[in-house]
Amino acid sequence: MQQPELPIAQRGVVAEKLRMFASTRRPARRVVVTALGVVSPLGHGAVETTSGLQSGADCVAPVPPERFDVRACRAKTAGQVQPRAGGDPRVHAASALMIEAVRELIAADGEFRPELMVIGTTSGGMSFGERFFRAVNAGQRPRQRAVWLANYMPQKALLDAQLAAGFSCPTQIIANACASGTNALGHAFQLIRAGLADAVLAGGYDVISELVFVGFDSLQASTSELIRPFDRQRTGLVLGEGAALFALEEREAAQRRGATILAELSGYGISTDNHHLTQPHPSGIGPRLAMQRALADAGREPGDVSYINAHGTATMFNDATEGAAIAEIFGDGVPVSSTKSMMGHALGGAGAIEAAFSILALRHQFLPPNIHYSEPDPAWRLDIVANSARDARVECVVSNSFGFGGTNASLVLEKAA
Amino acid sequence: MRTISAAISGMGWVTPLGADLETVWTRARAGARPEPSVLTPPASGTPHSYLAVPPKLVDHLGRHPRLRRSSAISYYAVAAGLLALEDARVTLDVASAARTALVFAISDGAVIYTRKFYEQIVRQGANTASPLLFPETVYNAPGSHLAAMLGIDGASYTLVGDQSVGLAALAFAAQLLHLGEVDRVVVVGAEECDWILCEAYDTWRLARRPLAEGAAAVLLAREGGVRVETTLGEPFFRRREAGAALGRELGRLGGAAAADLVVASANGTFIDATEAAVLALLAPAAPVWRVKDSLGEAPGASALWQVIAAALAVRRGEARNALVPVLGFNQQAAGATLTPPSA
Repeated sequence: MQQPELPIAQRGVVAEKLRMFASTRRPARRVVVTALGVVSPLGHGAVETTSGLQSGADCVAPVPPERFDVRACRAKTAGQVQPRAGGDPRVHAASALMIEAVRELIAADGEFRPELMVIGTTSGGMSFGERFFRAVNAGQRPRQRAVWLANYMPQKALLDAQLAAGFSCPTQIIANACASGTNALGHAFQLIRAGLADAVLAGGYDVISELVFVGFDSLQASTSELIRPFDRQRTGLVLGEGAALFALEEREAAQRRGATILAELSGYGISTDNHHLTQPHPSGIGPRLAMQRALADAGREPGDVSYINAHGTATMFNDATEGAAIAEIFGDGVPVSSTKSMMGHALGGAGAIEAAFSILALRHQFLPPNIHYSEPDPAWRLDIVANSARDARVECVVSNSFGFGGTNASLVLEKAA
Repeated sequence: MRTISAAISGMGWVTPLGADLETVWTRARAGARPEPSVLTPPASGTPHSYLAVPPKLVDHLGRHPRLRRSSAISYYAVAAGLLALEDARVTLDVASAARTALVFAISDGAVIYTRKFYEQIVRQGANTASPLLFPETVYNAPGSHLAAMLGIDGASYTLVGDQSVGLAALAFAAQLLHLGEVDRVVVVGAEECDWILCEAYDTWRLARRPLAEGAAAVLLAREGGVRVETTLGEPFFRRREAGAALGRELGRLGGAAAADLVVASANGTFIDATEAAVLALLAPAAPVWRVKDSLGEAPGASALWQVIAAALAVRRGEARNALVPVLGFNQQAAGATLTPPSA
């Protein structure tokens, strides 16, 4: 697929914006990850997740009727977290995921005390809102209505996580569609680096719901087939769910208290593509700016990057623009995969979950695979990590997230020194 | 760092009382109350009062191609954002837009389209749900429209939360200014009403005053204009903890005890008594203005309405240290002080 070039006049604007961006970079403190918690269809916790990534597990499955009815949808599948036995049915699945993630985090670093919590999500406890609507629509007034409302709002999962962890701090909830989790990590990183904070709990979560599932189905963005990111035969995305949380801290403070350093977060780039509410500009300017800004922010060149965890939704539009942008910046010398091929797209949680995957790749020196990949798209040449994980020397990872509203965000994560 | 400061160089609001800064302020200060409108859920038939924005305030925006399919919340937000820029006498070009960020506060979002879309699923089947509605239900859709219309192509964030989200957005915007990559931030909060929203707040016993719709916007910069210091917020996990959280938040503000005007978040719910008890301890001599008695409770917009009401009091010389306490329904407490540029 041939992509239109960005007009020459706009190329000058891009160059000027990058120059202005670079000129405002400041010598800064370094930001490290001292602990993480992750729950996704690939597993509960870092150990299960690493195993799932290394084996290239396909965690997409039919949506069961007890979640919601998909018979009238084109798409029938999603990447779903297998619930743990003994869960409290009054607690929304979003809270359950966040509680599980924060417990893993504090089990790894019990001394971490955040002064701020920055979390990305797109739909909070949406399924409880759906239940409320159905009850009202049917003229029913079940006793649980107030509980549904209290647990429907996006902030509830954060407060439940804080209660479970035994700490309390201000909350900032970013709802930048599918880039939310990456934005949350990026903002937290910037605050620590600039000295506006020392320790921030950051991450993201989302849980599949009927409204959102049907929404993507109505747009024909989701597929009834396998999810095949970057494949010429790709037909769309599959939704997923999960949560990931990170203890972010100024490096010297973390070292002073003897914390384990899992990785360094060294760069963040954000851009807004104003082309259309749901479609990226065909030139790929949005993803390209986000990646270039993140690299400049980290003081890294494209050749320094060992692996790109792509947004890679497997929609025609996303992969075309992201693939073109990656090829333009990195050529075909950097391995690329979309881990959404294994678990689907967790929307506001995706950026955080994929940052966790990137850190696990740095920690265990492997490249997570892009499964269901069979035919390269001739529009660009990329080194796709096709179908099986690779052992590799992984020093520096770029993780991408792009979303509705034209929001684009990229992170640079590096191996702990 | 639990508080952060910046300057308000421009303001705009779209309210049930109108959209002109001075006229709305004067009418609200005099205790004017708009005539409520009514929304009725089809199943129960029980009417709910709410405070609507007069359509003439945003009709002119309907011709903009970016808004042709959007919900009311986007119209309110865009109108308020443009008014804030106009108030600051700022016109964005490519260079200045590159140094401008957008931070959008939202609570219930585009609830009209969300309800309509889910209603289609429930009543007619998933295969009939409209792809024109779904994109507008996403929380960041209104912010995306405003960013596109202003040409902002860098940092654009939508924050979600309870009534405290307006101050969270203000603090977030101040953080962006302190990071140094932008020179100004357009901060917007917005809300629209639908019968499902009225039904929800009524069920939750949190609709003791009519819900309202509208938007508020401030243009935030490092210097110039009314100074604002805002807290980052403190969560509370039970209502009985809300007063202590608010007290600590207001205590973090240097000038809270010296306030000569309080623009309260009282809205006829549990918040009134909790807030009053805190203010009786911290600012017992300051007159209290219950601005929501006039403007109503619009969760995504109301904290910024309070901020604008206080900032206008300072700009008009009617206050030198205005205090804005904010208690959300179920997330966090926060506070802000507004002072003259020279203070």
